[in-house]
Amino acid sequence: MSDEATGTAGTAGGTAGGTADATATGPRGAAGTAGTAGDAPPGTRETALALGDDALILSHRLAEWAGSAPVLEEEVALANLALDLLGQARALLSLAGDEDALAFRRDARAFRNVRLVELPNGDFAHTMVRQLFFSAWQRPLFARLAERPGPFAAIAAAAGPEIAYHLDHAVTWTLRLGDGTAESHARAARAVAALWRHTGELFEPVPGLDWLDPAALRADWTAHVTGTLRAATLPVPGEPPPPGAPFTGGGRRGLHTEAFGRLLAEMQHLHRSHPGAAW
Amino acid sequence: MTGLAALAGAVPDPELPMVTLSDLGVLRAVRRGEHTGEVVVELAPTWLGCPAVEAMAADVERVLRAHGERHVTVRVVRDPPWSSDDITPEGRRKLAAAGIAPPRPGGPVLVQLSAPARPPVLCPRCGSADTALVSAFSGTVCRALRHCAACREPFDHVKER
Repeated sequence: MSDEATGTAGTAGGTAGGTADATATGPRGAAGTAGTAGDAPPGTRETALALGDDALILSHRLAEWAGSAPVLEEEVALANLALDLLGQARALLSLAGDEDALAFRRDARAFRNVRLVELPNGDFAHTMVRQLFFSAWQRPLFARLAERPGPFAAIAAAAGPEIAYHLDHAVTWTLRLGDGTAESHARAARAVAALWRHTGELFEPVPGLDWLDPAALRADWTAHVTGTLRAATLPVPGEPPPPGAPFTGGGRRGLHTEAFGRLLAEMQHLHRSHPGAAW
Repeated sequence: MTGLAALAGAVPDPELPMVTLSDLGVLRAVRRGEHTGEVVVELAPTWLGCPAVEAMAADVERVLRAHGERHVTVRVVRDPPWSSDDITPEGRRKLAAAGIAPPRPGGPVLVQLSAPARPPVLCPRCGSADTALVSAFSGTVCRALRHCAACREPFDHVKER
């Protein structure tokens, strides 16, 4: 299987955005809130795309559970997580251009999300371990963003409590699955082993986030994740792979997995088939 | 001006219609442009992904237009972010009366081995403190699902944030 980018069937393609008017009136403009790239600090667009694409793609993956989660409460929970992340994606992508154009008219190579969020859901343990890895990264990152004056502070501050609930949910499930039955333990351990190599990418440099200390962020992440895995009686695979190690990244540079092409095909199908359609 | 704020503030929340935008603390400001006459309304969404914010904006606009305002702009603001502490005492009373437990003061309450002592979430039906979290996620993004051991009824709780 190819681990490189797969094209999607779209035609509008290319890197949309940058010219869009983010102050449109009407319901969408109202929800998108203010914020244009006009006098934004350098790197704003790149950061908005990276963090916005992470939230958008993970939101789509979580929404795939609707109708097939293990229990009704979990179906509601995963849909809620997806909705929170979609709200984050809309706010972030609006800083980079027109949110609809960015979500529905870009090809795979123009997306800047990490590969971790685009990987297929796997079983429930797989989805929860992925959430643990992602939320444990998002939480300290957004806490730093919230404290730094700039275009991301308000969004990051508003997202903070949501992310705390996501992380809490993932930690709770990791404990329950890891320290549960032999079957749930085996599946959770398998998920940790399979996803671990994709965590190094979370600490790759992002243009516009040069001020971040990746080592400190990584230390926060590692402490939270390894602490949770140990408490859940799950094996800790060791240090996350360093940036640039084989198979660890590429998403931030637009190099995505084969599965991502299928995800985009489904996510963008309606918009590309009926350009300009509205509810 | 206070008349306009009262009109906008009296709009019911689309998902929790027992409380108004004012009760929820979602209505941040109502201003009239000095020269343009345009009315600008600022709403703070409860959660970033709250789908109700678009319905709120449309409802506020409709009410103000019906009151004769021709230029109405509704803006979504996130700074400072909405907190469940922004819900008024009257809002909390109305939520409880409708069977939804209001949030406790002081932000998110997460599962931790050494969680600080917090007041219990009381059952809005029978008042019992013997309630348990079923799921931190319920019918809307701002609510959690709990169960009361005393009256054995499930109920929603507006999450702290």
